[in-house]
Amino acid sequence: MMALFSKTSGSFREAKGDLRLEAVTKKFGDFTAVDDLSLTVPRGSFFALLGPSGCGKTTNLRMIAGLEQPSQGRILIGDTDLTGSRPYERPVNTVFQSYALFPHLTVRDNVAFGPKRRGLPDAMEKADAALKLVQMGHLAGRKPPQLSGGQQQRVALARALVNEPEVLLLDEPLGALDLKLRREMQVELKRIQTRVGLTFIHVTHDQEEAMTMADTIAVMNKGRIEQMGTPASLYDLPRTAFVARFLGQANMFEAEVVSSTADTLTLERAGHHFTLPRKRAAVETGTVLYGVRPEKLFLSEKAPTDLPSRMVTLGPGRIIDVSFTGVSTNYIVDVPGFGAASAFEQNLDVDPVHNRPGDECWLSWDQGHAFTVATETAEASTP
Amino acid sequence: MTALAQAQIANTTAVEGDHRVKGRRITPYLLLIPGLLWLVMFFVVPMVQLAIVSIESKFPGYPGYYYLDWNVFNYANALSEFWPQLLRSFLFAGLATIMAFLIGYPLAYAMAFKAGRWRNVMMICVVAPFFTSFILRTIAWRQILADEGPIASTLNALHLLPGGHITETWVAVVAGLTYNFLPFMTLPIYSSLERVDPKVIEAGGDLYANGLTTFRRVTLPMSMPGVLAGTLMTFIPAAGDYVNADLLGSDIDTKMVGNVIESQFFRVPGGFPTAAALSFTLMAIILLMLFAYTRRFGTEELL
Repeated sequence: MMALFSKTSGSFREAKGDLRLEAVTKKFGDFTAVDDLSLTVPRGSFFALLGPSGCGKTTNLRMIAGLEQPSQGRILIGDTDLTGSRPYERPVNTVFQSYALFPHLTVRDNVAFGPKRRGLPDAMEKADAALKLVQMGHLAGRKPPQLSGGQQQRVALARALVNEPEVLLLDEPLGALDLKLRREMQVELKRIQTRVGLTFIHVTHDQEEAMTMADTIAVMNKGRIEQMGTPASLYDLPRTAFVARFLGQANMFEAEVVSSTADTLTLERAGHHFTLPRKRAAVETGTVLYGVRPEKLFLSEKAPTDLPSRMVTLGPGRIIDVSFTGVSTNYIVDVPGFGAASAFEQNLDVDPVHNRPGDECWLSWDQGHAFTVATETAEASTP
Repeated sequence: MTALAQAQIANTTAVEGDHRVKGRRITPYLLLIPGLLWLVMFFVVPMVQLAIVSIESKFPGYPGYYYLDWNVFNYANALSEFWPQLLRSFLFAGLATIMAFLIGYPLAYAMAFKAGRWRNVMMICVVAPFFTSFILRTIAWRQILADEGPIASTLNALHLLPGGHITETWVAVVAGLTYNFLPFMTLPIYSSLERVDPKVIEAGGDLYANGLTTFRRVTLPMSMPGVLAGTLMTFIPAAGDYVNADLLGSDIDTKMVGNVIESQFFRVPGGFPTAAALSFTLMAIILLMLFAYTRRFGTEELL
């Protein structure tokens, strides 16, 4: 028995530092799940891999955990190359999507499983401390099937945290929880991460979840990283149409670049001209997608006058839908020649909903909030 | 209104609820009646009959007639005469159970985790023997294990078979028992392994347990309900079996208690009380073992 433990802990690889993926590719038959992906996750950061299902984010996570091996490329922590090593040899732990708790063991034994396999003498004390951290100390004697989804989630987190891994992987950890519990756990996860200071890599398709918790988000699509940055920078200035659509909402329409100066770019569509700062343009020539976020739009019942020159106006349009969401009222406005645009107005007034479907209105926004990205057809043709 | 009216409302709903509860209370018993009747007719009545026979004595001068004289010495006599066969039954059944476990567990594991699209084919192969008669299959084994059959002749040619025979030995009997009860071991283990989430096994690897440790600490404990059911479904019928010993064993040293009971009932004049006493002894020992076994590896420990 001891021989088995020592064998396991003997092959365990200590590694400290940033997590690095170097040109990692994973193929399943003809399908390329992860395509030549390079990535550095700084030690101690809360990193989110965000993307739709099938974008390769979970495959990526499983390769970091050692549950899959890359077809090409290397995975390193610090200077230690972990490529080819087994999951139990890596200083990496996973919080599985389905929690994957051991149903035959008590909560405490579940959490002590990792430390015990590594032959740590104070496994039980560590387990109790980890359970306390996730506020599950009082249920340590229960078995997982007796716990609610949220409680199981906390146990799964404690079971990974207790090992103080160099990298902790979270695979859609909040996917099975209801909205209220999910919000609570988002705050809780962030608190715990700040407290323990481990590198967290969080895989999710929920952009709100990623934005709430992560320091850095990498948006993945079709096995590649589309864009990477802080939540605010990604939201403010998406560099591809996919990112603009996946992270929040965006009003986007095709327009032609007609002129440019050193600092600005001017576009034209249906007789209207739009100018924007050049640094906010991902593409600067030809047909581009011009975009602006719905909450950046102001709605007015008359053609606005006396606006500062940085403001852009579009209209008249017609309101085709009004929906009240509490914090804001969301309008869908049809502008001839442009199609439907969505505008969110914060409900600052006591009686906020005074515009009705069918009303005429004008939209205006600060050109400093606009951005351009490549059209999807242009994007598809680039290798 | 309120307090009083509410109390009244509460009262009426309580009364209505009562009727419904009464209706619900009767339904399960009604549903039980056919099964209960069946059990009483074909289990309880014969058991009582058998219990009575086991303490009766032969009516002197009238072969085939018995009278009830609470003769508990039937048990002592039966045991002192047939204890070797009784012991052998448990030994053979135990060996067959172990063998069936050693063959059945890897088979079930392969079916649950490794078979992929072959899973259904393997399942059919495990169940297929049930489509032919138990007796016929055991007779077929006699052919397979016969001295001129492929196994015995090969072993004999290599001088690896002490005694020169497989049939008429305990090896043949245990092999027959193992074969005949293998599906009863494999299927419950398979059904409990099938319910194991592969992610839970991955979690073992993720938490620093290598393949062997993960199996020992995670997979095996999670499949214990199946192992428990499989061992019981193999051991209990194997201990009472007489077909394998009859067809594959010898007349001397491989007889099991089932063979004794069979011959006391059908061949030995006046053997009814002995056969009944042996049947009850076998049942009592199995019940005791079952009790001890489930206490040790019982359901509470398992999930």
